[in-house]
Amino acid sequence: MASMEIPMSLRPLHYFWTTFVRQWRSDISTTFLTPVLYLASIGLGLGHFIAHGRALASLGGENYLSFVAPALLVTTAMQVAVSRSTYDVYGCKNWWSGAYRSMLATPLSVGNIVTGHLVWIASRGLMASAFYLAVSAAFGAVHSPAAAADLLVGPAVALAFAAPIIGYAVTVRHEQPFVMIFRLVMVPLFLFSGTFFPISQLPAGLRSLAYALPLWHGVELSRGLYLGRLSSLAILGHSAYLLGVATIGVLAARSTYRRTLAR
Amino acid sequence: MTDPLVRARNLVKRFGDFVAVDHIDFDVLPGEAFGFLGPNGAGKSSTMRMIGATSPRSGGELTVLGWDPDQAGPHIRARLGVVPQEDNLDLELSVADNLYVYGRYFGIPRRQLRERMTELLAFAQLSERAQDRVNDLSGGMKRRLTIARSLVNEPALLLLDEPTTGLDPQARHLLWDRLHGLKRNGVTLLLTTHYMEEAEQLCDRLVVMDKGQIVAEGSPRELIANHVPKEVVELRFEEADAPGRAGRVDGLASHIEVLADRLLLYTEDGNQTVEAVLNRGLSPANVLVRRAGLEDVFLRLTGRQLLD
Ligand SMILES: Nc1ncnc2c1ncn2[C@@H]1O[C@H](COP(=O)(O)OP(=O)(O)OP(=O)(O)O)[C@@H](O)[C@H]1O
Ligand SMILES: [Mg+2]
Repeated sequence: MASMEIPMSLRPLHYFWTTFVRQWRSDISTTFLTPVLYLASIGLGLGHFIAHGRALASLGGENYLSFVAPALLVTTAMQVAVSRSTYDVYGCKNWWSGAYRSMLATPLSVGNIVTGHLVWIASRGLMASAFYLAVSAAFGAVHSPAAAADLLVGPAVALAFAAPIIGYAVTVRHEQPFVMIFRLVMVPLFLFSGTFFPISQLPAGLRSLAYALPLWHGVELSRGLYLGRLSSLAILGHSAYLLGVATIGVLAARSTYRRTLAR
Repeated sequence: MTDPLVRARNLVKRFGDFVAVDHIDFDVLPGEAFGFLGPNGAGKSSTMRMIGATSPRSGGELTVLGWDPDQAGPHIRARLGVVPQEDNLDLELSVADNLYVYGRYFGIPRRQLRERMTELLAFAQLSERAQDRVNDLSGGMKRRLTIARSLVNEPALLLLDEPTTGLDPQARHLLWDRLHGLKRNGVTLLLTTHYMEEAEQLCDRLVVMDKGQIVAEGSPRELIANHVPKEVVELRFEEADAPGRAGRVDGLASHIEVLADRLLLYTEDGNQTVEAVLNRGLSPANVLVRRAGLEDVFLRLTGRQLLD
């Protein structure tokens, strides 16, 4: 049987998959363990203290778990994407991995490397989303079959974060800035993008900021799909926003990768 | 006439304002072994990276395997084998995984690749270490793996940037044998080296580079014949004060090199020169008469020793 030619842009996945198979145990906690702990703590405990009366109404009438679970799917995809697009990119560029330099000596182009790495990060977003969806269904937080479409939302959010971040990460000379990305970008977004409470609670300025950043759009999409009540227009709008950010990020990353790797 | 496999005219590489490769011309013909010789910073690796289609040129013309690297990088790289000066293996992965992943970048089908890996592991004498992490290999073993890996796609042109640095003499001689074998099978070799013996053993033709320019070109024999007299008298002094004695051998040789501990006198007749030295009342601790080699050409042209 003739074997199929694998497209250039997907060939970097041989590397990422091989390292993943060797090391998956070490990053299993971000992807799998943390979400289960969150869901358990909210579903079994915290949820019972919140969401009575007026609060319940402002959450849309569902219990608190059903409000938070779809958002956590998206924040997990974001977290996976940010960790994979900072230290991993730095490692691939530098001596202990040499992965990018190896790839550059083969028929792969810089563009193939960017695409390949992003496809991999999106796949990691997909793995995390699939696992998360299953666990939250088991906790009874999924109320509509439309939630299956979250298998696309997770990777889309992952891309919207990963694309601009890898473009930056490939240019840095040391790892310190990554800690800042975690502290100053990821943690605030995680807390204030409508994850744990509706952003209508935020002061106007912060609310506009939340609208402008990708996470909130992912959270809205995911929540709408879990509960099965989101207009097609809203779905379209949020998706277009996420893909727009991802596209701009990809273009920027291609340019910074070319500048730093082809010297 | 056969077309050259690599053809460079006025080739330039700049890093900012700094000119690392300064308008060089050369042709590499199919089937030959071509060497770049030069002191640290001469621009050898920069040239190799441009030929390897990983570093864009700043000016001039360059064709590799008939293509322009700016336009056909992937086509060129598909048929090249590259051994960079610094290993770029993945330290976290096993020896076998490094070969496997690299082979897959070239689109080599899995089954064929497995067979090839067995041969390459044997070639690198690493069959027993196949499952070990690269991080746990010695420096020389890593080098052998890098070289083996560069052959995974059965390249038509092999770029070797200081291939044997870090290898012990036995491994070095073995690699020379292997490279001769590849050459017999029609592979064109392009290498940089600091080892004169390596250049003399392997290269049909070579260029000497200095400060980004080519300062001489030819076969090892031609270079020696054209740039230095036949013989060299080496005078070594007890008190390591060679420079202080330089004045006293004036006029005894066609050219004199002054090193920290030695004087090198270039001459057509070594024995006669030694006699003249002794007649002047000098008493060197050690006198050696030898044939001039590439090392001397190099010293003569660049004012520097190869290994500094
Ligand atoms: N990426 C880079 N950025 C800036 N300068 C560079 C870069 N790469 C090389 N250079 C400079 O270009 C010059 C030539 O370097 P190159 O590595 O080509 O020398 P070389 O002949 O290979 O030397 P060596 O024998 O030490 O390997 C050096 O002065 C070096 O500092
Ligand atoms: Mg070099």
